[in-house]
Amino acid sequence: MRIPYRPLAIGLVTLAFSALVLARAQAGDRHFFAPVADPIVKEECGSCHLAFAPSMLPARSWQRMMGELDKHFGDNASLDPATAEKITSYLVANAGDAGGQRYSSKLLKGVTPGAAPQRITELPKWVSEHRKVPDWEWCHKEVRTKANCVACHTAAEQGYYEE
Amino acid sequence: MKNMLVVTSGIVAMILSTSTIASPREDLLAQYAAAAKVTSFSAARGQALHTQSSSGGKPDTPSCTTCHGKDTRSAGRALTGKTIEPVAVSVTPTRYTDPAKVEKWFKRNCTEVLGRECTPQEKGDWLTFVIGQ
Repeated sequence: MRIPYRPLAIGLVTLAFSALVLARAQAGDRHFFAPVADPIVKEECGSCHLAFAPSMLPARSWQRMMGELDKHFGDNASLDPATAEKITSYLVANAGDAGGQRYSSKLLKGVTPGAAPQRITELPKWVSEHRKVPDWEWCHKEVRTKANCVACHTAAEQGYYEE
Repeated sequence: MKNMLVVTSGIVAMILSTSTIASPREDLLAQYAAAAKVTSFSAARGQALHTQSSSGGKPDTPSCTTCHGKDTRSAGRALTGKTIEPVAVSVTPTRYTDPAKVEKWFKRNCTEVLGRECTPQEKGDWLTFVIGQ
């Protein structure tokens, strides 16, 4: 029996190519931040605002935030200790400076080592990425706050933050 | 014949189970009624609570309707810009079926709007109001 080398080779090349493109689109894109996959985190962190991607802040930021939930940007967002513990573990494990998260580290560029920034919208990289957005757009009634990512980044919930 | 019996007994069992096991919403109302030492709640009072303005809570959330909107059957909007599903059970039938979640949000939202937790009477009235919406 003769092995059909040509179709096999073409198939392999196509497979390798699409895998490469897919991988790039997923992780290689500097505007991709893996969305929250854990259902508890999604529910608890995503009912008042977008469940922000854990990779947007370093682990120490999440630890501090989860320790101050009773004063969460002016709201009391306290949770029972068991739930808070679970959420903290998830956020820390997937934080921007956790192992293997090299792409999101771009958003953390310029953050003082050891600092625990709380607002994603105050990260130096975030500020420079949004410097061209005029004030009136931030005040637009569909936007209201800089934390409302989906108002402009329509696929933010899926993790994509293209312009 | 045997099949008929099985089917009939199945239907009977289903009817029995739905009539004897109260829904989570009914359970909640019963709990609030027991705590408030009342036998019934008022949807009208619930509506008044929902629409009234209070100065006891945070200035940017004077009323339930600030975020939930005036129409109970339309989506609301949090100050963060995030959409909130309509509070009316007729539009969002999955609402108020998880007692822990209901309690969590009563606690948070009453504190934000009124500056204190809601009483069992208020919770029962409000729940009765939105169940009927």
